[in-house]
Amino acid sequence: MVAAAKPWFLMLVSGAASALCYVLLFANEKEVMASFTRTDGWYPALPVLTAFLFSLVHGAFTGYFWEVLGVVPRPSGKSATARIED
Amino acid sequence: MSGESFIVLAPHSVAFLLLVGFIGGLVSGFIGSGGAFVLTPAMMSLGVPGVVAVASNLCHKFPKALVGAYKRHKYGQVDVKLGLWMALTATPGMWWGAGIQQDVRRLYGEAGSNLYVSLAFVIVLAIVGLFVLRDALRIYRSGAVEETSRLAKWVQSVEIPGTMVRFRVADIRVSVLFVLPLGFATGLLASTIAVGGFVGVPGMMYVLGASSLVASATELVIAFVMGLGGTLKFALGGLVDIRLAMLILLGSLFGVQLGAIGTTFVKPFMIKVVMAAVMLIVAVSRALVVPVYLAQLGVMALEETAMRLLERASFAFMVLALATGAFIIVAAMMRGYRHA
Repeated sequence: MVAAAKPWFLMLVSGAASALCYVLLFANEKEVMASFTRTDGWYPALPVLTAFLFSLVHGAFTGYFWEVLGVVPRPSGKSATARIED
Repeated sequence: MSGESFIVLAPHSVAFLLLVGFIGGLVSGFIGSGGAFVLTPAMMSLGVPGVVAVASNLCHKFPKALVGAYKRHKYGQVDVKLGLWMALTATPGMWWGAGIQQDVRRLYGEAGSNLYVSLAFVIVLAIVGLFVLRDALRIYRSGAVEETSRLAKWVQSVEIPGTMVRFRVADIRVSVLFVLPLGFATGLLASTIAVGGFVGVPGMMYVLGASSLVASATELVIAFVMGLGGTLKFALGGLVDIRLAMLILLGSLFGVQLGAIGTTFVKPFMIKVVMAAVMLIVAVSRALVVPVYLAQLGVMALEETAMRLLERASFAFMVLALATGAFIIVAAMMRGYRHA
């Protein structure tokens, strides 16, 4: 069996995007905290939307990260759900 | 919320949050929940006000649960329909639990509230933890696969017209009149001890008859809905520290993916082993501080140094619970990986 190619490129792109998100968050820490803790208008949506964005970008990166390291699921993962009825 | 209430992040605090986030994520990805019971007090130990710690923890919980649920859905382990039915009443359960907390605090003060939470921890986790451990040991000794409990068989046999729903992935058909109270109890516990999964997962396994893999994966759907609802509530009060939440998420997304992958390499009863170990050690941790709160309420006498010692020992046991869970997961994964 031929081993699948490791997603190096995707890991690097998503890793760079994830790093950019964190750099933007902490480089603008004061402004971010001032806006994200406002309780008027649509400001309370900011933490929620940010969490969704980070989960998408950083979630993709961490997924590719483990794949590149060779930590991938066993193909028959679902079969472990078998039970017996007595 | 004034800016002064948010802490200045020191490098050691950042490293600490990343590490606890990673381990908490690993346990969550594997058993469906966990980490919150350490993360909230850990943030408070860094000087974060309690309400900000709770809010920031919730804000990292729902994206983590989303990623974990997506990953385990790909492995065919998530019953989205069951998760959404449970989540339907988990949210009202959470609000009701928060109301009880407020009433207890108003009537008995901060120490009374802490005592209530600790007793809930000890009673629920000791009973459910011992039950799960007994089941895991029985499976381990007999070498059998998971069986549907007698209670779950009875629940599945009860036909209530107009309320029966088939849950395809869990491979069960039950009345939602059993599912909804279970969801409510999950939410109630989540708002009391921060980890609803300690009731939700065993409930899905032993009351409804879902396998441990499906129950732990489905819990992530419930955690997502509750976390999202909770975050919105706290964000409306301007209480979320997005820096803390995203720092924890940085570590926890590595962990949750690893934990999810781990479920495909281990025997299903290992989920029960990890869950029981974490629950019982956390129960010991909370039992240690019960005398402290009793002393603060004037029920018994305790020296100040003894109180500090018990509080530190309690926190150490919480960290130990998470570390033990992570250790068992990694060891079981490596064993399963070698035999794959």
